[in-house]
Amino acid sequence: MLHIVNKSPFENRTLDSCLRVAINEPGAALLLIEDAVYAASKSGTFESAMKDALGKVKVYALWPDIEARGMQDRVIEGIKMVDYGGFVDLVAEHSNCQSWL
Amino acid sequence: MSSVELNGKSYETDEEGYLVNLGEWDEDIAAYLAEQEKVDMTPSHWEVVNFLREYYNDYQIAPAIRVLTKAIGKKLGAEKGNSKYLYELFPYGPAKQACKIAGLPKPTGCI
Amino acid sequence: MGEEMTESTGGIDFEDEDASGVIKKFMFVNRKAPYGTIYALESLEVVLISAAFDQDVSLIFMDDGVYQIVKGQHTKAIDVKNFSPTYRALEGYDIEKLYVEKESLDQRGLTEDDLLVDVQVMSSAEIAKIMAEQDVVISF
Repeated sequence: MLHIVNKSPFENRTLDSCLRVAINEPGAALLLIEDAVYAASKSGTFESAMKDALGKVKVYALWPDIEARGMQDRVIEGIKMVDYGGFVDLVAEHSNCQSWL
Repeated sequence: MSSVELNGKSYETDEEGYLVNLGEWDEDIAAYLAEQEKVDMTPSHWEVVNFLREYYNDYQIAPAIRVLTKAIGKKLGAEKGNSKYLYELFPYGPAKQACKIAGLPKPTGCI
Repeated sequence: MGEEMTESTGGIDFEDEDASGVIKKFMFVNRKAPYGTIYALESLEVVLISAAFDQDVSLIFMDDGVYQIVKGQHTKAIDVKNFSPTYRALEGYDIEKLYVEKESLDQRGLTEDDLLVDVQVMSSAEIAKIMAEQDVVISF
């Protein structure tokens, strides 16, 4: 399934909870949008957690949100960028999805 | 918002005539609300009204009709646990009429 | 049923969604504490309404959502309705699949005995599996 997170991991533990569940499912994908794109930061607190996750599930970030926040040069390698069309494709490709509030 | 005066006691009701404050309910206001609904209260009517009050007290919601019939069947016997029986007692809908008389809020998705 | 429909409509095939009686798996994920925000109560209302549509409904309580079903809630002094007894009505609505994530209980020093309804306690891995099987997942 596709997991969508939109909260900054620095003020909210949603990403932790999502990963705790998602990494158990081989076909799972994680899409970071809105303030959750800060989790994609190189050399931040979440780098090791994101690298662990990358070994188990596919991780995507929404490019317009990355760009808006000036994050374009600091994204952890392996996290794939998608635009709005790519967001729609991800939703369509997976059998179901969950937006973690 | 309006209010009803009975025997020197005042009861607040909403625009549809439902009792606003559940705690104000007593048999006087129940009888008054039944009269408004043109329901002639018999022991069978009181049985359902009291059942609804107990259900609300236990679960803090007015039950959906399907849940109500099942629960009544379980407690009062299968011959009463069907919507036909309840509609005979409360022709304009058990939830609408019986809940109103019992002083409960209008149930979600009610009949 | 699908075949009959094809025959009676002269070979026009309806999508599953259009056929009556299709039962989908709906999962409600509850992750918020009960009184700080409106999410928990809203979720409960949606769950109760969903019962009227005869779908395969399940609920997960994880993170602060486990506090929704903790025993001993008394809300009189904060002047908010205590809706915790309503979770006990779910059984009467034929909603019997209540799952709780063990990790969330452990983090909060809670056990199954602290909960006011019968639940199945599951690991994150088991939750992941059951979530992936759903047709629709709704988060609160």
